[in-house]
Amino acid sequence: MTFVRPVFRHPESPTNRLGYTRKFYEGALSTLCAGCGHDSVSGAIIQACFEMAVEPHRVAKLSGIGCSSKTPAYFLANSHGFNSVHGRMPSVATGAYLANRDLMYIGISGDGDSASIGMGQFVHAIRRNLNITYIIMNNGCYGLTKGQDSATADFGSKSKAGIPNMYQSIDMAGLALELGASFVGRSFSGDKEQLIPMIKAAMSHPGFALIDVVSPCVTFNNNQGSTKSYDYTREHIETTAAVDFVPLMSEITAQYEEGNSINVNLHDGSVIHLSKLAKDWDPQDRHSAMNRLYHAKASGEVLTGLIFIDTETRDLHSLLNTTDTALNSLGKENLCPGSSVLEDINAALR
Amino acid sequence: MNPTNIKDPEYFHKVVDCQYACPAHTPVPEYIRLIAAERYTEAYMINWESNVFPGVLGRTCDRPCEPACRRGRVEEEPVAICRLKRVAADYKGDVKNLMPKGPFTPNGKKIALIGGGPASLTVARDLAPLGYEIHLFDEQPAGGGMMRSQIPSFRLPESVLNEEVGYILDLGIHAQFRTYVSSMKDMLGKGYDAIFVGTGAPRGRDLNDLPGRQEAGDHIQIGIEFLANVAFEHTSKIGKKVLVLGGGNTAMDCCRTSRRLGGEDVKVVVRSPKAEMKASPWEIEDAVHEDIPIYENHVPKSFVVENGKLKGMMFELVRAEYDEKGKRKLIPTGEPDVFFEADDVLIAVGQENAFPWVERDLGIEFDKWEVPILNKESFQSTLPHVFFGGDAAMGPKNVITAVAQGHTAAVSIDLFCQEKSLTEGRPSPLTNLIHQKMGIHEWMYDSSVASDLRYQVPHADKVKSLKDRLMEVELGYDDQLAFKEAQRCLNCDVQTVFSTSRCIECDACVDICPTDCITFTENGEEEDLRNRLSAPAHELDQDLYVSEELPTKRVMVKDENVCLHCGLCAERCPTAAWDMHKYLYNTAKAGGMKYA
Ligand SMILES: Cc1cc2nc3c(=O)[nH]c(=O)nc-3n(C[C@H](O)[C@H](O)[C@H](O)COP(=O)(O)OP(=O)(O)OC[C@H]3O[C@@H](n4cnc5c(N)ncnc54)[C@H](O)[C@@H]3O)c2cc1C
Ligand SMILES: Cc1ncc(C[n+]2csc(CCOP(=O)(O)OP(=O)(O)O)c2C)c(N)n1
Ligand code: SF4
Ligand code: SF4
Ligand code: SF4
Ligand SMILES: [Mg+2]
Repeated sequence: MTFVRPVFRHPESPTNRLGYTRKFYEGALSTLCAGCGHDSVSGAIIQACFEMAVEPHRVAKLSGIGCSSKTPAYFLANSHGFNSVHGRMPSVATGAYLANRDLMYIGISGDGDSASIGMGQFVHAIRRNLNITYIIMNNGCYGLTKGQDSATADFGSKSKAGIPNMYQSIDMAGLALELGASFVGRSFSGDKEQLIPMIKAAMSHPGFALIDVVSPCVTFNNNQGSTKSYDYTREHIETTAAVDFVPLMSEITAQYEEGNSINVNLHDGSVIHLSKLAKDWDPQDRHSAMNRLYHAKASGEVLTGLIFIDTETRDLHSLLNTTDTALNSLGKENLCPGSSVLEDINAALR
Repeated sequence: MNPTNIKDPEYFHKVVDCQYACPAHTPVPEYIRLIAAERYTEAYMINWESNVFPGVLGRTCDRPCEPACRRGRVEEEPVAICRLKRVAADYKGDVKNLMPKGPFTPNGKKIALIGGGPASLTVARDLAPLGYEIHLFDEQPAGGGMMRSQIPSFRLPESVLNEEVGYILDLGIHAQFRTYVSSMKDMLGKGYDAIFVGTGAPRGRDLNDLPGRQEAGDHIQIGIEFLANVAFEHTSKIGKKVLVLGGGNTAMDCCRTSRRLGGEDVKVVVRSPKAEMKASPWEIEDAVHEDIPIYENHVPKSFVVENGKLKGMMFELVRAEYDEKGKRKLIPTGEPDVFFEADDVLIAVGQENAFPWVERDLGIEFDKWEVPILNKESFQSTLPHVFFGGDAAMGPKNVITAVAQGHTAAVSIDLFCQEKSLTEGRPSPLTNLIHQKMGIHEWMYDSSVASDLRYQVPHADKVKSLKDRLMEVELGYDDQLAFKEAQRCLNCDVQTVFSTSRCIECDACVDICPTDCITFTENGEEEDLRNRLSAPAHELDQDLYVSEELPTKRVMVKDENVCLHCGLCAERCPTAAWDMHKYLYNTAKAGGMKYA
């Protein structure tokens, strides 16, 4: 087993706007099982950050516990990271985000981490609309603890243990829509063509952006009878639309079929281009998104793509009207203005 | 593209860049691993099977393998393949016992070898164990050809040469040294079943038309004759001021030899720009290190002789210009001619074959350059039982080419003597593809990729070595350095083998591959595919490995160009669709013999 990645890269590796090659966005060599979907999601995050020319020191990656939550060790080695407690990543993210609004936040969680122990935290992070790209690597099981069914396992789905799941599943994308999330997408670890632009769009979205990524657990949940296996996902995958992300200040070069495509303009000037749109679906209409999702569930589709986006969203900082400056850049006089200021406040409340 | 046929023995052979580039196709990574494991004797025998002169070649080989080495495509310098070969020779144990031992049961056939250089000696090594009676003729006092007469001792000690020539002569070769063959006709009359001509390219070019050439007498010498005279101790000193004309390896040997025979102010003068000199970069480097300046763009104009004594030479200054086809023209710059003083001049401006001893009415045909007309595959001449090889066949090349051609000619002679076709059904290479799996993610080879830069070979002290022409300049790697250098090898013979039916298209290999070799995409024509891969793939000599169609209607395409053979794709593959297999490839030797 190799623990050290060779130092050599392709001699003609491209560089991005900052002059970095993709190597600069990599992390340690993964220790996940060979073929784990989570590694592909890490790969997509690396590629997205490279292509967006993200400055690694401007990123904080946060996670809970699980195989999925281990992945921040395997990407963006030059960024900040916090591997928190099982299911508690949202609160750590809330604190970090409130303290330092200048960083870009990537939250990594699993279906166990977010849909079971962390469910209470997850829903409130959405309600509060943290500005975070929240990725759930969803394999329908607790991979790290040897494959017990999770709360997203579909009714009747069988893991390697062979027993059909007897509970109804939670659809994380549907739940997020219900809770008012301003960006909801679903993808598949085996479809980087879709996943990479979705991550880029999510990172550009100024509010809570959920991407629920079907990410098969090869070891415990990739068997016949599982609805989260590579084969099952490939056989049942449908898309709302093909996603292309066009960052700020670049020309749209791809050719799109007229009539069947739309542009979603983001506030920072970038554009999400959607083509081959699904019928009766408008990504900016929550109702139609919910309908499309219910329809997919009823007909056994694994619906992927951008499901809903609200470009007019207001994140927690603007709701709370907090200072524009990250707390670490405010001086002591502002952060701790002294007892006289406290007395004034108290007096005003009397 | 069609799925790659990995059953074609040449497909994986090509991936082992060094072995593929080696004229004798020495299994390089196999011996390098053995060196790392301190199994020098086995490493030596692998070399001996392929290139017959590991000790000689480990010091003097032209190393066509090194510019081809994959390592040179992912970092600055290739693996020191050649100098590792020397390590095997320096540290080996008893090899004599591992070599074929005579007397061999005679097969009743008699073969004559004319010339005793590496080409003929290779034919001898390959045919003697099969029972052929071999008669070797050479005008020199001992075997080795130009390895003895030309390559100076400070690069190749005589003891190393004697040892390796000895291994061959000890196979029961009837060698007749100091015997110049002056008539091919006579040889043909001696009843040999086949005759091999390995007489080299013994004629050094002169500059006869240059004014003053005739008057200067023996202070002007032909480079290769000078070197032979030094080697055979007919010459032991030279003037203080020496000019060496020419930019090839012979010029480098001449100037360095001159420094050791009393030359203090030795200059190399070349017509062309330095960048176009034929000499190997390392030979030039060594000459410069011995305080020998190289003057470029100087065209010899005349020898200056006063009162019958050589004074020096005049040179015209030129610059190189190139037409659209890249053809070079040397244009005089118009500056005044330059005079260099000289006590002696050595002319090293080229070499050619010469066959004054081959009568032209025997059925052996030559082209207009006096080069024998041969079948390129079998080295058979127009007279069926006469074969050529080495420098005699195609003009001056190098030792390893002579050896490779010797092997080919030996196969031909063996087929010829059995009255088999020399072109159809030549024996195919012996190949073997061996699993490297040892545990779940454990390989039988050391898959980790060392990041070290190339290690320098230690040299002897310059002051001392310039005083003694017999003192070897390069000291060779010690075992520690050899180990570290060996670790730089990427094990290109451990192949990534893909099985379409096992692949679940999880992308794990794509994600892990450090050099972006692997892409899953829709199939297409090669040109189109090359533009759609994860990383630029415009190195056209490097193949694309294409799978059959996968369930998603895509194919796996791997650009072999910069694969590190790190095995990570196979380690990350959950279904062992990728697996690492060691590919052994050995060109067939005459009679299917194995020596290692
Ligand atoms: C100065 C110099 C340095 C070189 N350095 C290197 C080097 O570092 N590395 C490298 O790979 N190559 C080097 N070469 C080239 C290399 O020596 C030759 O390419 C190689 O030796 C060719 O081998 P061969 O068997 O074809 O012929 P040769 O080695 O030339 O052997 C031919 C033999 O045939 C004999 N012979 C010729 N005619 C007759 C006859 N009629 N009767 C009897 N005997 C005859 C000759 O005496 C000679 O011994 C060098 C060459 C020169 C000139
Ligand atoms: C407080 C707490 N409770 C339980 C656990 C045990 N535990 C570790 S990981 C895990 C589930 C992880 O599942 P998921 O988030 O889906 O990650 P996966 O491994 O599937 O990627 C559990 C229950 C724990 N580490 N901490
Ligand atoms: S147990 Fe499953 S989720 Fe965890 S690393 Fe292995 S394959 Fe991935
Ligand atoms: S890295 Fe090793 S096996 Fe590969 S070409 Fe170089 S010497 Fe040969
Ligand atoms: S062995 Fe596999 S992972 Fe390693 S460089 Fe080659 S293709 Fe890439
Ligand atoms: Mg899980």
